[in-house]
Amino acid sequence: MKIAFWASLALAAFFGTFMLLTAGWERPPIKSVQTGYRGLALEQNINPRREATVIARNQLPDVIPEASPEGPRASAVYENVQVLGHLSEEQFVRVMLAITDWVSRDEGCNYCHVAENLADDSLYPKRVARRMLQMTAHTNLSWQKHVRETGVTCYTCHRGQPVPEKIWFSNPGPVAARGPVGYRAGQNIAAASVGTTSLPFDPFPSLLNDDNVRVISTSALPSGDGASIKRTERTYALMMHMSRALGQNCTFCHNSRSFFDWNQSAPQRTSAWYGIRMVRDLNTNYLVPLTPTFPPHRLGPLGDVAKINCGTCHQGVNKPLLGASMLRDYPELNEVKQ
Amino acid sequence: MALLTFERKYRVRGGTLLGGDLFDFWFGPFYVGFFGVTTIFFAAIGTGLILWGAALGPTWNPWLINIAPPDLKYGLGLAPLKEGGLWQLITVCAIGAFVSWALRQAEIARKLGMGLHVPAAYGVAIFAYVTLVVIRPLLLGAWGHGFPYGIFSHLDWVSNVGYQYLHFHYNPAHMLAVSFFFTTTFALSLHGSAILSAANPKKGERLKGAEHENTFFRDHIGYSIGVLGIHRLGLFLALSAGFWSAVCIVISGPFWTRGWPEWWNWWLDLPIWR
Repeated sequence: MKIAFWASLALAAFFGTFMLLTAGWERPPIKSVQTGYRGLALEQNINPRREATVIARNQLPDVIPEASPEGPRASAVYENVQVLGHLSEEQFVRVMLAITDWVSRDEGCNYCHVAENLADDSLYPKRVARRMLQMTAHTNLSWQKHVRETGVTCYTCHRGQPVPEKIWFSNPGPVAARGPVGYRAGQNIAAASVGTTSLPFDPFPSLLNDDNVRVISTSALPSGDGASIKRTERTYALMMHMSRALGQNCTFCHNSRSFFDWNQSAPQRTSAWYGIRMVRDLNTNYLVPLTPTFPPHRLGPLGDVAKINCGTCHQGVNKPLLGASMLRDYPELNEVKQ
Repeated sequence: MALLTFERKYRVRGGTLLGGDLFDFWFGPFYVGFFGVTTIFFAAIGTGLILWGAALGPTWNPWLINIAPPDLKYGLGLAPLKEGGLWQLITVCAIGAFVSWALRQAEIARKLGMGLHVPAAYGVAIFAYVTLVVIRPLLLGAWGHGFPYGIFSHLDWVSNVGYQYLHFHYNPAHMLAVSFFFTTTFALSLHGSAILSAANPKKGERLKGAEHENTFFRDHIGYSIGVLGIHRLGLFLALSAGFWSAVCIVISGPFWTRGWPEWWNWWLDLPIWR
């Protein structure tokens, strides 16, 4: 019996030590936020040490002092001002300076403009930027159910970079044998897009179509046109992306005893539902039509344009930029002509 | 074999841990003892409190009765009775009753001159419970992290805690625990079927013994652990299941706040294929 006891202890010590030698472990104190009735375990667990880096990553750029709406219109002063022409000259210059700070901080004005003739449209970033301004205004005015009064600005996605960090292209996946031999339904690749799970590596096509992602049946036994396991895995892959993009666990939106039931879900789920529709709208109506505008080196491996997902704005927090509204300081952005 | 065969050996005085001769007597076939009294004390109060909690709730449906722990805002303090305080008292009573029972088992083992295997094994189950409702809540800083007392409600808790870490099946200790649970039931089914087959021969055949059991397993898997060994193995498998269950929940939260799939990045990051 003594041998058995010591052998058990040695085995437990081996597994325990092995686990502890792997990377990424945390320690108390842990901050917990309760979001549901007590005892239901609807909560977020936050490591305060990690939270500090999230806060540091989401600091706002300095606000440019407010501009007077009086004075001559931008369209009267400059040539070829198509979507911001009705702003005052001061406001227009302010928006231009802000965009430079938000989108081409290192590249400067000449990232979009030809230095000799600012009205020239020959550089593709300028033509893209014009459409992006319209997209921003459309988001703020038509998708308030998702962005609320907080709204978005160029900075929400761009963070000082010409190409936002979190974007997606159609993904051809790894090279595989042809036919059924190489078929894996996208699984077991441990892709970062699905939180390094075994789920299908590309959850993003569902951010282009109109499919309902809900897969849970409403009856006790499967009946009628139920969801297949493959479709279910695609939905879970998308949910894994959303969880990572927002830095929240599943219980942020769902009470897992009934994923589909709105009555038992957190209000955040409603916001997320509109978010999915918003992303589909922006991808389909603003980004995909820009495909011919971009040069080939900006397109994905299959020749498609960069598209947005939840992470593009959220970047790891449930409210982009920790809920700060930059739009409030730049109301000009909502006056862009469609 | 009648239980009474053991009676003469079982009913000996002494071997108590506490209280000397005070409660060293039998009530019918049941040994009382100091810890029998404390077991009854805690169990009765705990059950009464559960009934009170049920009476305060909206239902007497036994599936739906729910006595939930306090809100997280009460931290490690006492909560009002109707807002989780009852849960706290019931937890105290439960631990009191479970530990008393283990100590009573220890006293009986001492009377019988046995080892302390039974109370030690039961102690692992108590350890798993205490991990859930005391150790982990202490590490996370609030009693509200304990699981609610209710048939459906504790399942909701389990489900949501799992989804707090995105996919609990990726929790390495959970993997070990599940593997041990499956293995312990598998081993029990193999052992049980071997015993039943040996002990229930066909009409006209003789009762079979350990040699037949050993031969059966030697023929089929090349090895037989033996009549004593199978019980050691069973004990090891069962206790390991409980032990790793406790580990898998205590690391979730206090020592890992993110999704469990992410833990496996050490594997993806191994230099040989990174």
